[in-house]
Amino acid sequence: MALNLKKNIARPDDFYQELIDMQRDLSEEEAQLMNAKLILILSNHIGDAETLSEAMKLARD
Amino acid sequence: MLNTYTWPEYPYIQSEEQKNGTPVRHPVVIIGAGLIGLTAALDCARKGIKTIILDDNNTVSVGSRAVCYAKRPLEVWDRLGVADKMVEKGISWNLGKVFFKEDLAYEFDLLAEEGHKMPAMINLQQYYCEQYLVDEVMRHTDMIDLRWKHRLISMTRHEDHTSLQVETPDGVFTMESDWLIACDGANSKVREMVHAEFTGQFFQDRFLIADVVMKADFPTERWFWFDPLFHKNQSALLHKQSDDVWRLDFQMGWDADPKEATKPENVIPLIKAMLGNDTEFDLEWVSIYQFACRRIDNFRYGRVLFAGDAAHQVSPFGARGANTGVQDIDNLAWKLKLVMAGAAPDSLLDSYNEERSFAADDNLLNSTRSTDFITPKNKGSRIFRDAVLELSKKYEFARPLVNSGRLSTPTPYVNSSLNTPDEEDFDGGILPGTNCIDAPITVAGEPGWLLNMLGEDFTLLVFGDAPGEREISCGPVSVRVLTVGDDIEDRDGLLAARYDGENGAVYLIRPDQHVAARWRKFDQDKIAAAMARATGQMETKTAAGE
Ligand SMILES: Cc1cc2nc3c(=O)[nH]c(=O)nc-3n(C[C@H](O)[C@H](O)[C@H](O)COP(=O)(O)OP(=O)(O)OC[C@H]3O[C@@H](n4cnc5c(N)ncnc54)[C@H](O)[C@@H]3O)c2cc1C
Repeated sequence: MALNLKKNIARPDDFYQELIDMQRDLSEEEAQLMNAKLILILSNHIGDAETLSEAMKLARD
Repeated sequence: MLNTYTWPEYPYIQSEEQKNGTPVRHPVVIIGAGLIGLTAALDCARKGIKTIILDDNNTVSVGSRAVCYAKRPLEVWDRLGVADKMVEKGISWNLGKVFFKEDLAYEFDLLAEEGHKMPAMINLQQYYCEQYLVDEVMRHTDMIDLRWKHRLISMTRHEDHTSLQVETPDGVFTMESDWLIACDGANSKVREMVHAEFTGQFFQDRFLIADVVMKADFPTERWFWFDPLFHKNQSALLHKQSDDVWRLDFQMGWDADPKEATKPENVIPLIKAMLGNDTEFDLEWVSIYQFACRRIDNFRYGRVLFAGDAAHQVSPFGARGANTGVQDIDNLAWKLKLVMAGAAPDSLLDSYNEERSFAADDNLLNSTRSTDFITPKNKGSRIFRDAVLELSKKYEFARPLVNSGRLSTPTPYVNSSLNTPDEEDFDGGILPGTNCIDAPITVAGEPGWLLNMLGEDFTLLVFGDAPGEREISCGPVSVRVLTVGDDIEDRDGLLAARYDGENGAVYLIRPDQHVAARWRKFDQDKIAAAMARATGQMETKTAAGE
């Protein structure tokens, strides 16, 4: 499995707060658009087709 | 309504065989004188096969249909002697712009590569294309008998021929044909008559297509809007054709009422919103379409061969319908010739289905993907679509994800049973199963093009040490030798570069200009084996041995 499912985020609480703070003042529609953009940006960063495809399958499970 | 074009009316002539009332057996009958049927007749004529074309109408394509023709079909039409006129009349374009809401999201350049005879793409109204094909057909009346106002109404298939019931203004008569090429369009009756399946995806959306004449100085570019202010939540397209005619395309949604939507009082405000209030224009043609992506289950039913829209229907995004149909004929004509001449087994025609259904699936996949991007099927995919478009304004990475229609390129027959796989190393060049790339050459002191030198038979393109013979016999089929440095000169070095020919190379090229096999040097036995494979003579061996 190419996908890293072990702990990889150094400060989990900081990260999580930042993520939800980003959406605090967004409407549901805006938040969804932001999420979609985030997925696309990160997907491009990862690039590897196999990793992306594994991640998509896990997310859908 | 039309101001810029007058439809020719071709004469109906009663045939001798209908007058006499005795059925005559013909070698090949083609049903349908659309782009594909006409192309089929011209290609058969090149191959020395006489054909009769039956068409239920007496003019060329009516209304707003194909606009964009890509390089590969133009190359096929060039082989048939009609491309020059199309290119001359057509509009060449390179720049495409994609807008999202009120902004330009990004623009792309087709970046036409230098050193090809044919342009990457031209725009031309379908009726001009068909008219030029009819003109060419009329120059070959010794080989092609084009019969207007002849409708095929029923058909009986036999082991070695089909029997056709044909209706004309003089009534119904019977004719017989060894082979039938069905080019009778998306609503093919022949397809129904053989009980073929025609399945795929049907899109729950409607599109308003308007052709307008305007002298406005919009640039010769393809403009595509997603969710523009002038047509909220839908898409729109603006594209130039010849004679100052422009193609406008508006997505209308599934609920649009076709009758209402096409009324001038509803169309004109929509067009004004797109073009601006001050732009003067005249309506040429307005219609509403629904699109589907589907294909026939088998391109061959015994002696009946399907081509063009009769075999596959794609949504127009990416301009694939006619483009791919022309390539069906390119693939079919030489195989039919060899089988009819007894120079190849009947099973060679099964490879027509193998290769062209593979290409059809590729086209359907591309068209379906474009359609899914342009008309998202649910809220989730709509959000992703909009996210891609917004990101594409700022970031390069998102631009390749934008899909307003991918331009039609030929599908390489990568896994075809007719290919001989590479045994030696090539650094690029043209892989077996792939169409040859054009290159500028010099022939007899004059500038010319590689593709024009390939002719109607198998060709052996030789870089480096050439055999003495001009022609190599491989059983009943012979191969013409074309030597670089002798028959033709590599004018700009592009030929060797495109074929990795610097260190010697030998390409076996099929009559449809696809590579069958290639080697580093000339080897008669290998050529004979590859020829046997490319003409369908090695089927059992392949199945058993590999
Ligand atoms: C809006 C729109 C835009 C398009 N844009 C493009 C584009 O940009 N590029 C592209 O490549 N393609 C495009 N296409 C697709 C293209 O128009 C078709 O793929 C093409 O016309 C198919 O040609 P054909 O000869 O197979 O069928 P058709 O053009 O449909 O011709 C079939 C012929 O058969 C005749 N016929 C039918 N039944 C019988 C019968 N029983 N007996 C005798 N004759 C019969 C008909 O009269 C007709 O002449 C577009 C289509 C549409 C609708």
